[in-house]
Amino acid sequence: MTERNSWFRRHRKTAVPYLLALPAVVWLIALFLIPLVVMLVKSLETCSPITGSCEMAWNWSIFHLEWSMFHKQFFTSLRYAGIATVIDLLLAFPIAYFIAFFSGRRKNFFLLMLLVPFFISFVIRTIIWQFLLSNSGIVLTVLRDLHLVGADYRILGTSTAVIAGMAYNYLPFTALPLYVSLERIDSSILDAGADLYAGKVMRFVKVVLPLCIPGIFAAFLLTFIPALGDYVNQQVLGGISNTMIGTIIQNLFLVNANYPGGSALSAILMGVSLIGILAYAKIVGTKSIGEYL
Amino acid sequence: MVRLVANMLQRSSGPAETQTGNVVLQRVTKQFADHLAVDDLSLEIVAGEFLSLLGPSGCGKTTTLRMLGGFETPTSGTIYFGGQDVTDLPPHKRDVNTVFQSYALFPHLSVADNIAFGLRRKGQSKTEARAKVTDMLDLVDLAGLADRRPAALSGGQQQRVALARALVNQPTLLLLDEPMSALDAKLRKHMQIELKRIQQEVGITFLYVTHDQEEAMTMSDRIVVMQQGRIEDLGTPRSIYEHPGTAFVATFLGASNLMAVTALQHSGDLATISLGGGQHVSVDASALPPGVLAGDLSVGVRPEKISISAEGAAISPASNVLTGQVRVATFTGVGNQYLVATDAGGEFTVYAQNLGDAAAPRTGERVQLTWPIAHTFVVRSPKLSEESEATL
Repeated sequence: MTERNSWFRRHRKTAVPYLLALPAVVWLIALFLIPLVVMLVKSLETCSPITGSCEMAWNWSIFHLEWSMFHKQFFTSLRYAGIATVIDLLLAFPIAYFIAFFSGRRKNFFLLMLLVPFFISFVIRTIIWQFLLSNSGIVLTVLRDLHLVGADYRILGTSTAVIAGMAYNYLPFTALPLYVSLERIDSSILDAGADLYAGKVMRFVKVVLPLCIPGIFAAFLLTFIPALGDYVNQQVLGGISNTMIGTIIQNLFLVNANYPGGSALSAILMGVSLIGILAYAKIVGTKSIGEYL
Repeated sequence: MVRLVANMLQRSSGPAETQTGNVVLQRVTKQFADHLAVDDLSLEIVAGEFLSLLGPSGCGKTTTLRMLGGFETPTSGTIYFGGQDVTDLPPHKRDVNTVFQSYALFPHLSVADNIAFGLRRKGQSKTEARAKVTDMLDLVDLAGLADRRPAALSGGQQQRVALARALVNQPTLLLLDEPMSALDAKLRKHMQIELKRIQQEVGITFLYVTHDQEEAMTMSDRIVVMQQGRIEDLGTPRSIYEHPGTAFVATFLGASNLMAVTALQHSGDLATISLGGGQHVSVDASALPPGVLAGDLSVGVRPEKISISAEGAAISPASNVLTGQVRVATFTGVGNQYLVATDAGGEFTVYAQNLGDAAAPRTGERVQLTWPIAHTFVVRSPKLSEESEATL
């Protein structure tokens, strides 16, 4: 007993970080790693549509099958998520810039404002957008009354509605990492830029922008990845013509009970996003992404 | 052509006596929301000199530097560079460069790119800039570190990069904002000599802001002592040390023994000053500030100018003498330090060099303090308000 105690005492310093990481590691293994393996295994099984019982069939062709059936929705997702992310980056940058450099004493107030939407459920927020964008909603009524759009103009059900909804819902995820990276820039570094003959524009291009590249990268990841797999915005605000891959996967699991198909499609989505991110990280060359996530 | 005429017009509107290349602050005031940082300050910085702004924190020295750099705009007053009014010119249009207290190196750029930054913004080509960067790295003794990132350098090396990055642009005026405050004492000593060497080599005007009086003394051609947004004293290190203009300077710059003057009597070239307890000292009449009543004056002497001996020993001519009793005697290695309660009231600090004399006075002994009349100075007494603040 004493021997063990002294062993523990001797190694306490090295053991503490691992002990602190333990809950997170258990969480990751139980709720991420195991389900991931289960999913990959499931995708290779064949299930009986009648009894629902499955058995391992090493059915590799499922990936090809699902891809050939749903690659169109896959590209739709990529496009929508990409556009929404770009819109968010363009919108969030000025917001983050303002809060980081000009908000002064009200910094915390503005940050809170950015997070206030999170106090309402994601789905409810999206349903409110549906209400706003509906044919008798406030947006279209005003636009029609001002004769800016024709009587039969619709937003709901179009790709515009889906992208707008996604851009709205993910904006804080873009703004916060950008804010963190901008906030870190020491004002004396901007002074140094001015001191060395850089005007406002050059200071932004040569000093601010390079220093917040890790933040831009983090903002991109936190926005693009969830947007890629998103199905709520599409289901609430979109229509049949703009079905995204998230909706397909959800339907395969919950409506068609096609677990191997849904699993295979999920695996493809994950694989493609992972490859894309790694390539992107390689190009942007950030070593310190972790600091911003 | 138009610009030339405009320049000439601006030139003629500048102070008439200004030499080209001199930097002039004319009645500059900076009022912040809650305090007055710089109060009606006028100063001419001579081209090529090493000038230090010395003062305690909050005395307005950094604000003065930031106004020269263009980072702050004066509330009133004018700043001239070589006769040209630059008061409202933004930093990037000024021929001034700064070494920041935190160095403010660009973390995303290599050492070479940091140094080349200013040259590139001024439109010089990469190859042109590279040659100058190499020369600069040699000057600051950093050859071979061109491709490192600032984060991979030591504090002293970062400081040299900051210096090189500013100097490479050959500004009219180089501003240095307490650049050595982050260095350890040994490195600081080394860098002081190094900086002085570099300044003499490049011949650029240096304005050095510091609160460290020894640092200012070591490097400066002239020192400006500031307090509460105003200039307290200005002169060569020797002149302001030997003949401080005010009680503040006498105590801030080194140590001084100050005593209130009760009466003053002129006798030829000398003036006799009465102190408490019936004691007298003499002072050169020329050292008296004009037009001040005796009651507003203090007489002072530096602790190292005093020799201490047993009471009744022979006194050399042209000396002042005060008698007293040793309160505390401490041996510091290089010397002895005494705290002596004088018969004039008040305590004197005395530094005596360790010359190997065995007969150093001990605590409780009666002694006499003597010092040459030439080393006696007279200043206005510290303001009453300051004294009451100090006693609170």
